[in-house]
Amino acid sequence: MMNIPSNMKSIQDQLAADFEYLDDWEERYAYLMDLGKEVQGLSPEEKTSDNLIRGCQSRVWLITRYENNRLWMSADSEAFIARGIIALLMKVFNGQTPSDILNENFDLPERIGLTAHLSPGRANGLAGMLSRIRHDASLALGTQNRN
Amino acid sequence: MKQSDQSVSGKTHQTDWKAVRDEFPALHQQVNGYPLAYFDHAATAQKPRKVIDAMTRYYEFDNANVHRGVHSLSQRATLAYEEARQKTARFICAKDPSEIIFTSGTTASVNVVALSWGRAHLKPGDEVLVTGLEHHANLVPWQMACAMTGAQLKIVPVNEFGEVSTDSVAEMLHSKTRIFAFSWISNALGTINPAHDWVQLAREKGITTLIDAAQVAAHHPIDVQHLGVDFLCFSAHKMMGPTGLGVLYGKKSILETLDPVFGGGDMIDEVTYEKSTWADLPYRLEAGTPNIAGVIGLSAAIDFLESIGWQNISRRESELLQYALEKLSEIPQIRFIGSPKERAGVISFVVDGVHPYDLGILLDEQGIALRTGHHCAQPLMRHFGITGTCRVSLAIYNTFEEIDQLDRAIKRALRLLGISQSN
Repeated sequence: MMNIPSNMKSIQDQLAADFEYLDDWEERYAYLMDLGKEVQGLSPEEKTSDNLIRGCQSRVWLITRYENNRLWMSADSEAFIARGIIALLMKVFNGQTPSDILNENFDLPERIGLTAHLSPGRANGLAGMLSRIRHDASLALGTQNRN
Repeated sequence: MKQSDQSVSGKTHQTDWKAVRDEFPALHQQVNGYPLAYFDHAATAQKPRKVIDAMTRYYEFDNANVHRGVHSLSQRATLAYEEARQKTARFICAKDPSEIIFTSGTTASVNVVALSWGRAHLKPGDEVLVTGLEHHANLVPWQMACAMTGAQLKIVPVNEFGEVSTDSVAEMLHSKTRIFAFSWISNALGTINPAHDWVQLAREKGITTLIDAAQVAAHHPIDVQHLGVDFLCFSAHKMMGPTGLGVLYGKKSILETLDPVFGGGDMIDEVTYEKSTWADLPYRLEAGTPNIAGVIGLSAAIDFLESIGWQNISRRESELLQYALEKLSEIPQIRFIGSPKERAGVISFVVDGVHPYDLGILLDEQGIALRTGHHCAQPLMRHFGITGTCRVSLAIYNTFEEIDQLDRAIKRALRLLGISQSN
């Protein structure tokens, strides 16, 4: 899991291309939920209220860890679609450097034809997850700058 | 298998339900490529053209502040506002228009009572009684009133069917109980409580009563005198009127004893720097410029509902409910939450292994608007050991075809979620 990922722009491009092959909403959701099945998830002990992202209809927990100048994350949700969203975020952000995370324009939701449900305004936790990731990246950047 | 609306309109005599539906502009649209099927009436109802037009007309021609100006527009606005109060009083059979206080919604109405009446009448050792079916709007204000006064909040338990038994109510109404505040119809499960009987039980023991009638006003006639209730609260937006307007009914003899919760314009008799004296009812409880357009919209909503008639409304809703229950019962993966004997047009269900959020999204993709989540009733959800449900709520403008669309959409979503019939 400590493999250093490619840059975020190319990951987003790749995911957008994968979704482009899918014809309709059913296929896109099926694929999203399949991606969600690959998410490792969290143990019951890790699902604390501190790790809970507020504002989601389905509960989402997210933990980040700053190691080797990179931000590593694990997350879980009780809903299949939310787990799919987690999978997308992890693919893009997991193992990236805090400054890259903060500079990345995350436009994947608009590009994969699921905008309605992946837009930050929906109570799907995407906005909460994104802001938690960015917040933790800022904290990590602060640590880095102090060292 | 599919009943047509024509045959049903035959059963419900003269009402042309297609024409009724045509009055609601928002219902005639496509969502994600499907015709919208709106099943979220219990959250907020769609608005008929008459309501929208009445409010537009007010803003276009009569807009002025009420109770203040001598000019013609202000006179017209005041007249329309006060006529609406009279109409609302008649709508719920209140004795006097001054028993009608306009608020911002059911939540505000309950809060006014909890704050004003609560502060004056509750003390340590007293009990406030609510049921396990309450919406947070009739629970949290009482928690706050209890925290403020030292009174204790007691909850009448809910049984496995999602009902509260009258025996339990009778048992829990005792000498320490000061007020019994309960919902007439549960927003989460559709349970219809025997409001009249419960008020009588409380009255026999001299206990004040409040009814949360938010889910009632569009579905069932309200007669506060027959009920004998002290306070009754409802919202315009759930009865096809506008958002941001609610009603607090109170018996005049009790309202007269209430101190205002909000101070400001329109609620005073005389103001000096030292002190102020209050205006008469209902104005003393309506501080500031009221929601004039909202009140005019409510007035039009009352006209609309009354033009259809309660018998027709109730027959139509019960036919839709029976059909929806029948169709959903045929989907083996669906587990109903609550199966009250007396049920309004609300059906809550879960599919084991599927989060309501997932189902809600996959239904929206097929044009279905229903509510997923805890329905502002978290303790009730906990009682059933779940975090939320999918809730279908029905209104007169729904059709049997929409219920068929819902049935197909649920089956398709479950296939996509990998929850097959054999599970």
